[in-house]
Amino acid sequence: MIPGVSIREVNISKPFDVEAIRQDFPILHQKVNGYPLVYFDNAATSQKPNLVIDAISNYYKLYNSNIHRGLHYMSEKATEAYEAAREKSRAFLNASSTNEINFTKGTTEGINLVASSYGRKFLQPGDEVIISTMEHHSNIVPWQMVCDERGAKLRIIPIDDDGNLLLDEYKKLLNNRTKIVSVVYVSNALGTVNPVKDIITLAHEAGAVVMLDGAQATPHMAVDVQELDCDFLALSSHKIFGPTGMGILYGKERLLEQMNPYQGGGEMIKTVTFEKTTYNELPYKFEAGTPDISGGIAMGVAIDYINSVGYNKIAQHEHDLLVYGTEVLSQIEGLRIIGQAKEKASVISFLVDGIHPYDMGVLLDKQGIAIRTGHHCCQPLMDRFAIPGTCRASFAFYNTTAEIDKLVKGIEKVKTMLL
Amino acid sequence: MTINEIQDQIVEEFSIFDDWPEERDQYIIDIGKKLPALDERYKTEDNIVKGCQSTVWLHASEIDGRVYFEADSNTVITKGIIGLLVRVLSGQKPSDILNADLYLIDKINLRSFIGSQRSSGLQMMLKQIKLYAVGFSQQAKQA
Repeated sequence: MIPGVSIREVNISKPFDVEAIRQDFPILHQKVNGYPLVYFDNAATSQKPNLVIDAISNYYKLYNSNIHRGLHYMSEKATEAYEAAREKSRAFLNASSTNEINFTKGTTEGINLVASSYGRKFLQPGDEVIISTMEHHSNIVPWQMVCDERGAKLRIIPIDDDGNLLLDEYKKLLNNRTKIVSVVYVSNALGTVNPVKDIITLAHEAGAVVMLDGAQATPHMAVDVQELDCDFLALSSHKIFGPTGMGILYGKERLLEQMNPYQGGGEMIKTVTFEKTTYNELPYKFEAGTPDISGGIAMGVAIDYINSVGYNKIAQHEHDLLVYGTEVLSQIEGLRIIGQAKEKASVISFLVDGIHPYDMGVLLDKQGIAIRTGHHCCQPLMDRFAIPGTCRASFAFYNTTAEIDKLVKGIEKVKTMLL
Repeated sequence: MTINEIQDQIVEEFSIFDDWPEERDQYIIDIGKKLPALDERYKTEDNIVKGCQSTVWLHASEIDGRVYFEADSNTVITKGIIGLLVRVLSGQKPSDILNADLYLIDKINLRSFIGSQRSSGLQMMLKQIKLYAVGFSQQAKQA
């Protein structure tokens, strides 16, 4: 596999074959505690196909060099592959230009960048920032920090008991002091797919810009930033089958131009004297220092991989898993699903009467089943439901209904052990 | 009995589970279920050892130069392990607790429950037990 070469054309006509897809993910074929691994912690991080693993390895074996600097052969090659990944990222989100694609460490850094560079510059005392009840801590804390600093106010969109955002309440929160709305596209803890298109339209009418936390949306569905008309969107490579430590911040060029750099250093400068520094052009203005080169290239390969499978097929298979999982889990006596929104991604959060999520998680792991337990970095959301946390099974397109059956059996077994 | 004598006794008890890891897990769960609940008056904010996912309440008292522990948790598995640790360490001298080598943890493979995360309630509890031992041994010196 040559880095930068798209594999989209090669596989596009293949039908969806989950067993064939599983062959692409070497990590899935192992035993954990004596049982074949069932990996249902995809919302925490996804597994990587061979193509992604090979891309990292090939980079270090064949052309590791610093980018945008050297004149030599390998540096040119590395730069080309890295910038090819930027173009793939642009196409992936349907951004209008690669100037709008900033590489980051991940979603958290993307949000912090916007809070810091946009928020600090444009928020005035008395201004308001709107987030929602179901935000991950990384879409709460950066806004709290900048609001504290600028004397702005954080407003929270409430949700109903099923985990749907209350759009009418959101409308009431919007006013001429609203400067930024930052909401999660898909909730990591509940699976709710928020009506972001409406949220964006309403925010724009009020004169606010909108940031989307796209971390949990991009593993499951195609995201078109022009169609959504969002102003910023952050995502993490490791959730879309790419390596950790890499991510994308999309921002409208017009807004990015107005923002000050996030960090100072190499790469982001045009000229430096001790008196004055002029900044580099977009997207490099926000990319100080040597980036995660292999991570960027491999993220590009992960995007190729998703394209080769096709979001329509991914979404269909995951929808089947969600419907099946919801049905069979609901039949377990004492099991309650937390988050039953109208639109959901393939995430099922649940509690079983009398069983603490920690005990459930540990005892499922003993059966080779990996789920996530706890508050999922959403403590205010857990407070909203008055629960300490949940058990969460999150599915990816390489999961199967047979694995869901194992989860059901596993939960039944845990019940007999504990109750 | 000394700390090591009790540890050896527990290791011996667990040896029947060598080929039956699931039975071992069930045994720990049963210890947890049977562990007497901590008196509500000791479930205070001060006695909480808060982990990321499980909460432990640890109450320590000193009688005649020995430290007695009572503990509880909101999760059954944690309670099971607490039961074992309290059995080993409660009623011992502060200096012995402080210097204890808890080889039991590896010998009966509690590591898989305790985890490597710093935030695990059990890790924090082990730290807190040692802190109590330090506190009581210093009190003894001052007296």
